[in-house]
Amino acid sequence: MTKPARILYCHCAFAQVVPTEVKQEVLRRLSESGVAFDAVADLCEMSARRDPGLKQLAGEGSLKIAACFPRAVRGLFIASDAPLPEHGVEILNMRTDSAEQICEALLTVNGKPVAMAEESK
Amino acid sequence: MKSNPVAPVLRIALYESAGSTPLSAGARTELLKTLLEKGYAVSCIRPGAPVASAFTGDLLVLGQFDSHKPLEAESSDGALSVHFRTITDLSSQQVLELVETVARECNATAPGGWKPWFPVIDYNRCTNCMQCLSFCLFDVYGVNSDGKIRVQKSHNCKTECPACSRVCPEVAILFPKYKAGPINGDEVKQEDLQREKMKVDISALLGGDIYAALRQRSVDAKARFSRERDEKRAIEERKRCLTKLQQALDIPAEVMNALPSLEQIQAKAAAARATAGD
Repeated sequence: MTKPARILYCHCAFAQVVPTEVKQEVLRRLSESGVAFDAVADLCEMSARRDPGLKQLAGEGSLKIAACFPRAVRGLFIASDAPLPEHGVEILNMRTDSAEQICEALLTVNGKPVAMAEESK
Repeated sequence: MKSNPVAPVLRIALYESAGSTPLSAGARTELLKTLLEKGYAVSCIRPGAPVASAFTGDLLVLGQFDSHKPLEAESSDGALSVHFRTITDLSSQQVLELVETVARECNATAPGGWKPWFPVIDYNRCTNCMQCLSFCLFDVYGVNSDGKIRVQKSHNCKTECPACSRVCPEVAILFPKYKAGPINGDEVKQEDLQREKMKVDISALLGGDIYAALRQRSVDAKARFSRERDEKRAIEERKRCLTKLQQALDIPAEVMNALPSLEQIQAKAAAARATAGD
């Protein structure tokens, strides 16, 4: 059985670069979805602290990350000595995409809601 | 003031699986928002879903537990201390107060308190030319044991200053919280590479080899001081040069005001030269 992708949400709490309405809607939809996820206040801040949690997340295998530009997110993990694997990681950009697009990518697998997909396994 | 980058933080798990009553959707969202905006990370644990990987340090487990839970527990190896707190009938603000009390008890550093602003190197583009190391006067950059450029003192970086990314000839330095691409991590396009600001070369800015330029500046400064003993005039000249640099590289005024002295610049250049094996 394939392990479901772990979901990581970044709230970008210490800057105003991610549109507030997008991040709040994504957080609301994740919260109401019934799926397990990790929510972090700010990936940049974690990277600066070299938070060991980043290493744990990078080692999860399949991972979906709702944050900002993929080049930045990968760089932040590398800076924390926790490079993300080349494959199995999907990075969704809340700076450029709509909440609808982000949630669709986070919460569905092959067109089915993640919670349902997990139950049917 | 920027926080200590290595201080431990308290991790939080919101437990809504067997043995607990789930929160209402609205209460859960509100609680998450409150904790995240205060800088805390939260793992949401739900039925049938994988639990977060093993933590170390202090983990605070919040939940509307059905039965009495011990307040504290510890992993067999002692690497993890777990603190359970029930949050039944508490508002998100009350939960935050509870979290902060536990954080204090654990001697965990309060999260946040600074805008995490520092360069991130895109090693797919970086050619290890060391221009960033030579350019940055605040010792943000260093070299690892393999001679590879790295960000070693991210907390030294000056908030809102993206100057080193503008001198990088490969557009390999990004600041995730910068307003515009490609410095914010957006894709690097051909026109970015062609943009004059992106192709700024420190050598060109200083009229030749940076070390030669610094040496010359040192000689000139000594000559000027010995000739005129006019420190004020020298400072004015430096300010004029820096204003030009500030405009070209989008450097905030407060960063310019915090620049090190000429002596510190010379020491930095000497150290960079030694590091680069010049």
